[in-house]
Amino acid sequence: MSRALISARNLSIRFGGVVAADGVDLDVFEGENLAIIGPNGAGKTTFLNITTGYLRPQAGTVSYLGKDITALPPREITRLGIARAFQIPQLFLDQTVLENMLIAAAAQSGRISLVRPLHESPGRGEMEALLDLVGVRAYADRKAFELPEGQRKLVDIALALALKPKVLLMDEPTSGVASSEKLGVMDILTRALATQKVSSVFVEHDMDMVERYAHRVAVWSSGRIQIVGPPAEVLADADVRARVIGI
Amino acid sequence: MPRATLAARLAIVAAIALAVALPIVMPSWATLITLILAKGIVVLGIIILLQAGQVSFGHAMFFGVGAYAVAFWGKYVGTGDLLLFLVVAPAAATLLGLLVGLFVVRYREIFFGMLNLAFSMVLWSLLEKMFHYTNGADGIRVARPTLAGLAFTPETFQYVLVYLTLGLVLIVAYGVQRYLDSPSGHMLRAIKSNETRLEYLGVSARRVLLVGYVISAFLGGLGGALVAVAQQIATPEFAYWTKSGEFVFIAILGGVANAAGAFAGSAVFEFVRFFAAAKLANAWQLILGVVLIAIIMFAPGGLIGLFRRDATETRR
Ligand SMILES: Nc1ncnc2c1ncn2[C@@H]1O[C@H](COP(=O)(O)OP(=O)(O)O)[C@@H](O)[C@H]1O
Ligand SMILES: [Mg+2]
Repeated sequence: MSRALISARNLSIRFGGVVAADGVDLDVFEGENLAIIGPNGAGKTTFLNITTGYLRPQAGTVSYLGKDITALPPREITRLGIARAFQIPQLFLDQTVLENMLIAAAAQSGRISLVRPLHESPGRGEMEALLDLVGVRAYADRKAFELPEGQRKLVDIALALALKPKVLLMDEPTSGVASSEKLGVMDILTRALATQKVSSVFVEHDMDMVERYAHRVAVWSSGRIQIVGPPAEVLADADVRARVIGI
Repeated sequence: MPRATLAARLAIVAAIALAVALPIVMPSWATLITLILAKGIVVLGIIILLQAGQVSFGHAMFFGVGAYAVAFWGKYVGTGDLLLFLVVAPAAATLLGLLVGLFVVRYREIFFGMLNLAFSMVLWSLLEKMFHYTNGADGIRVARPTLAGLAFTPETFQYVLVYLTLGLVLIVAYGVQRYLDSPSGHMLRAIKSNETRLEYLGVSARRVLLVGYVISAFLGGLGGALVAVAQQIATPEFAYWTKSGEFVFIAILGGVANAAGAFAGSAVFEFVRFFAAAKLANAWQLILGVVLIAIIMFAPGGLIGLFRRDATETRR
């Protein structure tokens, strides 16, 4: 594997009596799709919250390309090239889906005009193409609050992609998406990530998805990483099968 | 933002035509119309902040600073020129807006509202107590300024002022509408709906709000200068919290979806006050109160909401 983009070392955080991270060490390598699996409450989302600066760990560090980013706020980490899609989609609900995307495009460009109409933004074609890619172009002119949950998740991913990140962190990207559409979405998504050379981390409960799309998988359990490795190996592990997959 | 409906466009054209014609038809209303337009400019600033879901209960501080910039100029420098005032007063308000803004944009909702109130009360107290400089509660008289060096009689000047104000209104309303429709304006709305996502797009919500805040302070100073010139006086009342409340009231009355609401609200507010005060002594607050209750209950988009095709959509 190539160089590490994100390196987490010894991350620890507890909320009262709950240990959500307990000495987490993990690298995200360039070009890989890394899946994170584990039972609810294991600390998967907490890991993403720490790596993106939303939570400050009580111990440990996160670095990006060797630079310590542990104390940076989300917006600065985002600007370095780490984008995030959320377990619960985070959209601008009162604006249309296209407006959501155009706001992201303006943010990405770094030139936030005070006078040019948002709808005449130069990135418009590109944003419509992204909506097309994740399959929600038909909703472009609908207010985000009108969309069903699954479609909102896809828009949330499109927003993250609009930032042209180097690493995309996705928290259960296809939960809420109809199972008949899951494969199609993930197919397109992982192909787009590969062509744009975006590395990804995705939290996933569906082992088919993990087997199909992950290069490596990390298994979370009570704030610790139980095992990391290629899916074939990890998913065959008796302990993982018993405790996480539930076979 | 949906395109304006035909009815809305016609209403705007009719309103402009009315503002042009009324001072000629009813010369005694010229100053009233100047006040409506000037206060509408201030209310534009409230509307900007409301996009981000933030209500300032201290916005009159910028109105007051604009008025006192004009008054102090007259008191300490000499009779000024209106064009000069229209630069100096908004500049002073903008500077104050930047200083106060750097502090208040860190807060949201009730804390934002109350901090603004607190700053405005500090200013009001200074204007009241520093009698030696401000004449205290009596205020400072504002002499009729020249315009580009030309002096006018009082009769002519009221026309000069109302049409100059109308011209400024057209410019700033257009400018504010452009701003609201721009990425920056949409990001203001994003602060209201999802500040977390905005930060996760790499945008500083505080910076976005600060830009809006400084623009709204500029507008407050501009409106304050015009009102001080129209009423020929600046008093601490200009910066008092009830004045701040009045601006918020007008914004809600008119509707906050676009720039037109500021002027629709201001026109209804001032006309009700003008006519009711003449006929029914203290009943104008009662009438305005009832009107606002009716608006909130039956037309939450404000007066301009009545012209919007998706007016019902905004009610959720
Ligand atoms: N901000 C927080 N405050 C308090 N407890 C939290 C917070 N974030 C997470 N937790 C707790 O930490 C544990 C791990 O949560 P989370 O990371 O969301 O798990 P997962 O994503 O693996 O389901 C849970 O018990 C959760 O309730
Ligand atoms: Mg989670």
